[in-house]
Amino acid sequence: MEKVFGLPSGCTAKTHSYCPGCMHGVAMNILMHTIEKFQLLDKIVIVNPVGCGGLGLYEATANYISAAHGRASAVATGIKRCSPESFVMTYQGDGDLAGIGIAETIHTAARGENITVIFANNTTYGMTGGQMAPTTMVGQNSTTTPGGRRVDRQGYPLKMAEMIAQLEAPAYVERVALYDSAHVLKATKAFEKAFEVNLKGGYAFIEMLTNCPTNWKMSPEQTVRQIREQNEKIFPLGVFKDKEI
Amino acid sequence: MSEIQFMKGNEAIAEAAVRAGCRFFAGYPITPQNEIPEYLSSRLFEVGGTFIQGESEVASINMVYGASSTGTRCMTSSSGCGIVLKTEGFGYLTGANLPCVVIDMSRGGPGLGSILPAQQDYFYATKAISNGGARAFVLAPGNMQEAVDMTYEAFDIADKYRCVVLLLCDGVIGNMMGGVTLPRMRELSELPDKSDWVITKRNGDGSMRMITSCYVPIKLVEDQNIHMAEMYEAWKKTESRYEAYRMEDAEVVFAAYGTSAGIAREVIKALRADGIKAGLLRPQTLFPFPEAPYRALDPEKVKQVICLEMSIPGQMVEDIRAYVDDRIPVSHWGRSGGILMKPEEALAAVRTMLI
Repeated sequence: MEKVFGLPSGCTAKTHSYCPGCMHGVAMNILMHTIEKFQLLDKIVIVNPVGCGGLGLYEATANYISAAHGRASAVATGIKRCSPESFVMTYQGDGDLAGIGIAETIHTAARGENITVIFANNTTYGMTGGQMAPTTMVGQNSTTTPGGRRVDRQGYPLKMAEMIAQLEAPAYVERVALYDSAHVLKATKAFEKAFEVNLKGGYAFIEMLTNCPTNWKMSPEQTVRQIREQNEKIFPLGVFKDKEI
Repeated sequence: MSEIQFMKGNEAIAEAAVRAGCRFFAGYPITPQNEIPEYLSSRLFEVGGTFIQGESEVASINMVYGASSTGTRCMTSSSGCGIVLKTEGFGYLTGANLPCVVIDMSRGGPGLGSILPAQQDYFYATKAISNGGARAFVLAPGNMQEAVDMTYEAFDIADKYRCVVLLLCDGVIGNMMGGVTLPRMRELSELPDKSDWVITKRNGDGSMRMITSCYVPIKLVEDQNIHMAEMYEAWKKTESRYEAYRMEDAEVVFAAYGTSAGIAREVIKALRADGIKAGLLRPQTLFPFPEAPYRALDPEKVKQVICLEMSIPGQMVEDIRAYVDDRIPVSHWGRSGGILMKPEEALAAVRTMLI
């Protein structure tokens, strides 16, 4: 009988450990469905970050390797160069990818490594309790920007999709949101595009605007409004690069 | 089938790595080891391997971490202030039981120090290459040929124990030219089978694999720590090595490794010409340290132990004191910061130290 609805084969029935309302769960769902659609479970290696981003993989059955904080792209580079037949990707948050790991992120993209980078941008350090991230927006509260991020003290947030897109090598760069069905469907298409690019030998980068109800101190509904009305203004959605490969 | 070639030490080490089956190298430029990445940047591609000049030392060691997880024999190299930047990766490799080989062509320090040869990385290399009690298996070649042979063997040790193996060289060994006998080129098919743990395969029953240093529940972290402790104890029992030179009747015993041991030999020859019975105990592994020959020194026969090191303050001398254990006076002499010991200078200093 054909399965028309259910858990992807790479997921277990265990409940994930994300906070209620966290969009990492939505992202993991898209990821595991995409892995199933491309039938990659036997050849995928996911490089797991430090931070909340990694928690979802504990309940999945894809092979994963834990990288040091920020180094996922470097680890992925080592794996893919030595095992070209593997499908290699990273899943990282903003502190990991845009903060401590920005050198690895940029240089891996500049080399055009044949990997896929999935980036969850929730504008805060979730796991450590809501400190300022490299993507924290001007005026946004965090435990290390009490009263809001100030330009005179902390400057401006990094726009990673735009930065990656201006490099020569990357083949596909898109920023998506996950807060309603229409955007989830769009994000799913973006994941599929990124996977196709990977299978053709290219580098793809998908940035997802995600939330953190716990550290934003908002209800899940409020975070949806926050992303739609605030975050999207600073981090506009769309395709930033789509290069023939 | 061996062959003698006239090469620079760094290049000979790089070729030995290739012949041992190394197929991945990532590194960052730093003097005095640049000929290693330069040589491998073309040589590895000739044998179907990969070379990457990383954007940093940190990126390079994390690329090695990824490469190692695929079962590929891999290596990085650096020196002094560059080696310590790899500290993060050494911990992750150790925590995840991943093998790799590291060349430290050490230079003056601390900090930027100098680009010239020194032996100032001893504490770092032998005591704590990272957080969490992580230690490397540390080999200390005394000359270029031994550096070649130890590089070749280092990959076997790394695979056997799934650990970081560090060759603690000094810039003299890397930068001298000389004739070396290169080892046989190994076929990849001869190398250890790692298919039961590499991250690029599923388990036989189709279940997933993970490679991590972050174990859940945390009792598993302690289990990993216990595994490390047992491995280090096993090394101490079976893997420590040293060379004894003119020790048969020695009353003045020198302790020195690497290039300093070569200087010590010259000093010993001069002292013996004067009728002073001098000998050398040269550690070839620095961790595990060859404790036994130092513990076995007989106070009835040996009047003193002199540690020669290209390091001020002395570093290995602390281990020597620990193992000689106050039974025999131990003293230290050396130059530092990149200044080489000259044999005549060392001899003059030693004469003032003789009891």
